[in-house]
Amino acid sequence: MNNKAYPTWFAGGALVLFGVFVLLPNVLGLGFAFTDWNSFSSDVNWVGLDNFAAIFDPSSTYFTAIENTVLFTLATIALKTVLGLGLAVLLTSGVRRLAYLYRAIIYLPAVLPMVAVGIVFGSILNPEHGMLNLGLQTVGLGALAQQWLTDISVALWSVIGVDTWKGVGYIMVILIAGLLVIPRDYYEAAAIDGASSWKAFRYITLPLLRPVLAVTTVLNLLYGLRVFDIVYVLTSGGPGYATSTVYTTVFRAFGLGQWGVATALSSVFVIVGLILSFAVLRALRASEEA
Amino acid sequence: MNLERSIRAGISNLIASGVGLIALAPLYLLLVNSLKNRVDANSMSPALPVTLEWSNFSTVIVQGGLVPAFINSAIYAFGSTILGVLVAALAAYVLARRRTRWHQFIYVLLIIGIALPTNYVTLTKVMQVTHLINTQVGMVVLYAATQIPFDVFLMYAFVGRLPRELDEAAFMDGCSPIRTFFSIILPLLTPVLVTCGVLNILNVWSDFINPLYFLNSSKNWPMTLSVYNFFSQGTSFSAGSNWALVSADVVLSILPVIVIYLLAQRWILGGWSAGAVKG
Repeated sequence: MNNKAYPTWFAGGALVLFGVFVLLPNVLGLGFAFTDWNSFSSDVNWVGLDNFAAIFDPSSTYFTAIENTVLFTLATIALKTVLGLGLAVLLTSGVRRLAYLYRAIIYLPAVLPMVAVGIVFGSILNPEHGMLNLGLQTVGLGALAQQWLTDISVALWSVIGVDTWKGVGYIMVILIAGLLVIPRDYYEAAAIDGASSWKAFRYITLPLLRPVLAVTTVLNLLYGLRVFDIVYVLTSGGPGYATSTVYTTVFRAFGLGQWGVATALSSVFVIVGLILSFAVLRALRASEEA
Repeated sequence: MNLERSIRAGISNLIASGVGLIALAPLYLLLVNSLKNRVDANSMSPALPVTLEWSNFSTVIVQGGLVPAFINSAIYAFGSTILGVLVAALAAYVLARRRTRWHQFIYVLLIIGIALPTNYVTLTKVMQVTHLINTQVGMVVLYAATQIPFDVFLMYAFVGRLPRELDEAAFMDGCSPIRTFFSIILPLLTPVLVTCGVLNILNVWSDFINPLYFLNSSKNWPMTLSVYNFFSQGTSFSAGSNWALVSADVVLSILPVIVIYLLAQRWILGGWSAGAVKG
């Protein structure tokens, strides 16, 4: 019955596409990571751990890219989670009448192509006639004006800020869905017992939202590690290497024909990705049980 | 008590509309500047246009090659969605119904793909060997493949909630597995198919990195790449740039996404997030 009614070959199309375009490149990558594969010679030689030594040399530009990527990821996780949760609570308990409209508007940036976002923010962050610096001067905060995209110590934070602007609505919408499944009775019972709204948030909302927060954290994590578009369009990794990330560095190495190193750098991420995928599974299992 | 409540509601609304304005401000900037002349748009100021330069739009449609780019984006988005959603639904159906260790393994393997990053260097090699690099078919197939893990994940949970008796009864009545799938299961999957479809269309429409790696010739470029090219070739952030035209170009490129979003916001804001919460 099972074999005939549910033939396994139904999964064949998905498996073939997945195998060839998702799995195979990663498996090949693990092999080529140990070679000097490049565009200048048709020979591919085994070089052992040389590529990895180059990547993890703290003075290398590869290492800078890894550091930037980690900082970007941690900062965007923190910002999107805190702001997203704040907005989610606001739109489920504070605001009533226009809540859906606000939700739709705040989500909107998430569907916009990053290229478009990058181009607009490039103009907004322009130090001379950009909206941000002009706005700061108008309200008397001209001292806070910055060379947003060209100052080495500011540029990465500008990119983080733009990315948060774009991504916070997405996280907010998932958290709203999580908040809406928490039974109202809990809050009513807490209110009868005289609990403040902060206490209700701390002892009812947060614990019950934990599985959903795990999901959003993993989504933010996976997104952050792969960040490319926004950096490419806003700063191209500059000034210098101040905003270079793993994927912009892979792209640059790819263009220079340094395929072995680029593959090694990608493969480091495959390992990280695999570890994270177990985190995904666990987070999702946890949310199933909740 | 009542006063406190309305003060609270007032403050909440104030914050929410403030955030809403921040979310909309860049779109507003694009819109007003797309209608200005070159000189007025130069500083991308929020001032309203003095005269309405509708010709900016026709100019960029021609100069920016937006019509072929639009057609390419549509082919990639809709082609990959139809292909990807179909094979993912077939897989999710069988994998959810047959819970042997092998089928469990295949399911886990597929959804690990959600977390796997892409190795673009070796993927380029794969695209070359399969002769799919720099072709439209290649982009459709590639985008279909990349959406499979997430689609299978969402659909698997959905199939699990459909009663098994439905397909068993159809099979007993002599329906072939294919017929059972297409006439009984697929219609019942509509909500999750729409959610997956809409999310994929939006993702592909916004994608930038894949065309950057895999499409050399500009005739196959989707809108994202053509807009970026228009922006970085004719202009830059320096003086002498024509921000009116850049704005018009960007406005036209995001218009399709906004239309899809407005039509499908019910599924985006409800469907997928509910899936993430319920697992």
